[in-house]
Amino acid sequence: MAKFEYAPAPESRAVVNLKPSYGLFIGGEFTESEGGSAFKSISPSSEEVLAEVTEASSADVDRAVDAARRAFTGTWGRMSGADRGKYLFRIARILQERAREFAVLESLDNGKPIRESRDVDVPLAAAHFFYHAGWADKLEYASLGPNPRPHGVVGQVIPWNFPLLMLAWKIAPALAAGNTVVLKPAETTPLTALLFAEVCQQADLPAGVVNIVTGAGATGQAIVDHPGIDKLAFTGSTGVGKMIARAIAGTRKKATLELGGKAANIIFDDAPIDQAVEGIVNGIFFNQGHVCCAGSRLLVQESIAEEVEARLKRRLSTLRVGDPLDKNTDVGAINSKAQLQRITELTAAGEAEGATRWSPECELPSKGFWFRPTVFTGVSQTHRIAQEEIFGPVLSVLTFRTPHEAVAKANNTPYGLSAGVWTEKGSRILWMADQLRAGVVWANTFNKFDPTSPFGGYKESGYGREGGRHGLEAYVTTGDTK
Amino acid sequence: MSTSTAPRDAVDATSRARDLLGVSRLTNDSLTSWLHGLPGVDQVGCEARAAMLGTRSIKTTSKAWAIDTAISMIDLTTLEGADTAGKVRGLCAKALTPDATDMSTPRPAAVCVYGDMVPFAREVLGTSSGVNIAAVATAFPSGRASMAVKLADTRDAVANGADEIDMVIDRGAFLSGRYLDVFNEIAQVKEACGSARLKVIMETGELVTYDNVRRASWLSMLAGGDFIKTSTGKVSPAATLPVTVVMLEAVRDWLQLTGEMVGVKPAGGIRTSKDAIKFLVAVSEVAGDDWLDPHWFRFGASSLLNDLLLQRQRMRTGAYSGPDYVTDDSPSLY
Amino acid sequence: MSPTTGAPSRVEIKKTYKLYIGGKFPRSESGRSYEVYAGGGTSGAFLANAAQGSRKDARDAVVAARKAVDGWAGTTAYNRGQVLYRVAEVMEGRRAQFVAEVRASEGVGERQAEALVGQAIDRWVWYAGWSDKYAQVLGGLNPVAGPYFDISAPEPTGVVAVLAPQASSLLGLVSVLAPVVVSGNTAVVLSSEHRPLPAITLSEALATSDVPGGVVNIITGRTAEVAPWLASHRDVNAIDLSGAAGAEGVAWGDLEKAAADNLKRVVRPAGTGPEAVEPDWTATPDLSRLSAFLETKTVWHPKGR
Repeated sequence: MAKFEYAPAPESRAVVNLKPSYGLFIGGEFTESEGGSAFKSISPSSEEVLAEVTEASSADVDRAVDAARRAFTGTWGRMSGADRGKYLFRIARILQERAREFAVLESLDNGKPIRESRDVDVPLAAAHFFYHAGWADKLEYASLGPNPRPHGVVGQVIPWNFPLLMLAWKIAPALAAGNTVVLKPAETTPLTALLFAEVCQQADLPAGVVNIVTGAGATGQAIVDHPGIDKLAFTGSTGVGKMIARAIAGTRKKATLELGGKAANIIFDDAPIDQAVEGIVNGIFFNQGHVCCAGSRLLVQESIAEEVEARLKRRLSTLRVGDPLDKNTDVGAINSKAQLQRITELTAAGEAEGATRWSPECELPSKGFWFRPTVFTGVSQTHRIAQEEIFGPVLSVLTFRTPHEAVAKANNTPYGLSAGVWTEKGSRILWMADQLRAGVVWANTFNKFDPTSPFGGYKESGYGREGGRHGLEAYVTTGDTK
Repeated sequence: MSTSTAPRDAVDATSRARDLLGVSRLTNDSLTSWLHGLPGVDQVGCEARAAMLGTRSIKTTSKAWAIDTAISMIDLTTLEGADTAGKVRGLCAKALTPDATDMSTPRPAAVCVYGDMVPFAREVLGTSSGVNIAAVATAFPSGRASMAVKLADTRDAVANGADEIDMVIDRGAFLSGRYLDVFNEIAQVKEACGSARLKVIMETGELVTYDNVRRASWLSMLAGGDFIKTSTGKVSPAATLPVTVVMLEAVRDWLQLTGEMVGVKPAGGIRTSKDAIKFLVAVSEVAGDDWLDPHWFRFGASSLLNDLLLQRQRMRTGAYSGPDYVTDDSPSLY
Repeated sequence: MSPTTGAPSRVEIKKTYKLYIGGKFPRSESGRSYEVYAGGGTSGAFLANAAQGSRKDARDAVVAARKAVDGWAGTTAYNRGQVLYRVAEVMEGRRAQFVAEVRASEGVGERQAEALVGQAIDRWVWYAGWSDKYAQVLGGLNPVAGPYFDISAPEPTGVVAVLAPQASSLLGLVSVLAPVVVSGNTAVVLSSEHRPLPAITLSEALATSDVPGGVVNIITGRTAEVAPWLASHRDVNAIDLSGAAGAEGVAWGDLEKAAADNLKRVVRPAGTGPEAVEPDWTATPDLSRLSAFLETKTVWHPKGR
């Protein structure tokens, strides 16, 4: 038994007011579905049912798009940028006011540790709204052309890994540019989106500017296919991203896609080694590895591979896996049974391929979906676990000898979302950054996000950028409106 | 792994250093190569790790344990020009009975005083109280004096009965790259200590960068220090959590390399229980259980003790306490 | 004020208007004050005795402003934006007070005063929203002809002296002050000579909005007396001469000449030729007031294995 045992430090659930069931948020109000059905949202750490949620039908999607269109032509599309900005500032402030509530709800619904939702997800979400509020009346400065205009109605489908943050990344720029929104949160994590609808009401956001339609694949398809949607924004798997790209081919619908990744986290022999180990841990075990830009491949210079492996394993033995609502938890639950199954299958494949599997000792709760942080060493480029996105707390370790080899291996993938470089040598950082085919390069850090900093991928990690001045491009058109 | 408390003497330090460096002669150049070959410390990453450790929420039973452990790790300190026998006796009485309303309260590990105050401390503490006497020496706090003076200072303190010596390194020498001089001074002071344990104060606030803290830590361990210590407490910033994390990494890696343990003492600026607990978290998660012991980890502090006592009282009574309920045996009022 | 029914009216507490320096509200070290009249002239109803700031007050303000530079410039852009937005929230809460003071100071009607105050708050919000964006618009990567990473980034210049507009007591004031501080500069503001009251109320809003002491310092008094001391002060990095327009006994050319001693960055008052006029502050600004107080730093770094 460790000398210094941390007693349970649970964050109270009392701050959250869960309703037994939720309708859809259309036209500024919560409303019952027309022809849709209900499904349950559960807490992945305990399998407890949190609430019943509506699966929106295509009739519901029609209504939502209609409400968004009316809001666009009626109020929002005519409103001055300064006034749009004021609404976004209000939303940002309310998110800050209700921060604790959102953080707890996010951890309950998603399974991520409360420390993450409290210290990362919710503050960043509020910051996104704050940043974009200021752009609403400054679009002419954003190098978007002489007369940047909104598209109209934007359809947005977001994933389950950062539910509230992904909502912020989508809605904030869309609204700042003058669009109205129909957004579908992921089917396993709808609750913070539904709470966000309350924030819209508290901010007196005009009806129909934001519409939240919950559901699964069919609802998402209905949005993608809807003729009343001018632009789509999707974050999720590359597979679905390709489906969307095919679905809109030949139409005038625009799309931005933020898809999967298999990022290389590259450690050179002159890396600041203790911080590099932290970077590896942050890269793949933060958010249970449910991160599109996760550093899921460790590319370590062969001369220090053994040392890094030893330090990494020692560091992993202090990771705390457990109740997401415990303030000391580092690694929470896997988001769903389906995801757990995928991770289990792929890691089994890794073993079958001949890689060496290791996990720290840790007790896992009996209920809920859990996976121990796992490290595979002796991984080769051709192994499935070096090529396929696992989207779980699983690290594949490969080695390299020279910067060129590191670059070649890092780029040798259809993905291109992010990469990490660890070295004390500035010129090498900049040279590597030039060579790496990735939309985000983190040097001597990892998984850092900021509303001002554009994020997005190369190749099959998608196209378009979110955040920063560049992220506004997706939400304006400089051509004639339809 | 050695938790031996047997002192290592200066001659061994030099030959061991030659061995570890793999050189036939210990020169400033070889020391420089070795120290500058240590991995760098990224400031932002280091501070982020410290901040993360600071978010640990230590409650109920673990908080009670942490408070008592922290108390038992304190070097209760008075290092003022205006110190008198009376002040020192008061400090020592406090060390023996931190909280007269609760005799279950543990005693601090040591008192820390100037060398000429040691006899007064010994009068009160005796030889079996379990509270050691640490004395600062080597022209504390500046370290600006000749080697002869510094050694005489050390010997006096040892002769007066000090169990531990807290020395300062020559920061001027360190910052101008004269690592061999720093090595030699530590090794010689260690020799003058006899059986007293040697803590090496690096004055991290003056070293400024984490890279320097790492190098100074390794140099101090190489030269035979039993403890590496952050600060004199006379310079700000003194002990910070990130600096202490770097030092904990150093002793962890030193143990891996040599099989020997070296202690860590953050000193100065640690005033609240909350802060102290963050440091204990850092010890636990960076260096490990072996260091969670007063023999290998100390807090150099004065007002921290009373804050820990206030927290202890709150845990016992359920109500927030106040300064009227903890004794201040050596208030610092000139 | 006047009873509405036959009931006895409540005797008001009259406000004392002091300076705002280093986050505190001191009286002038000179102990002087001067009379402020409604409408901003010399013959309307008596409004208040405003502190008459001296050159020593100005000197102290510059010291406070200099002390605050590192902290304010060192905060993140996000943090500055948050703080400035908070100022707008507090101003909004004090709408009625500002409207009454603008009405009284400028002699305008209620409707007009409401519009001016609303615009002033909106102007402040506009600038607050620039804090984390101007770097992306004014800075950028330079594609130099060699293997170098080359980036140009705007940085605040330091301590900026501002002669606030004489006529537009709140909207004009906000229009010259916000662009200075949003980027991390600190300010020493010499308020409108005859319409200083909204400036002091604004400083109360600043003081209660997490704006660190010394970031904004406001001195009320005679422009002709104090301005030359700011213009010549060697620890002031830039000066905005807007308030020279319409100020008694002030020749902006002389101030600019004095400023040349340490090559301050100078923003001249509006107008053509030697004439200084007060512009229409209701017009939407561009980035020029923001960029006037920025330095561009260009950094090179080789790219290599």
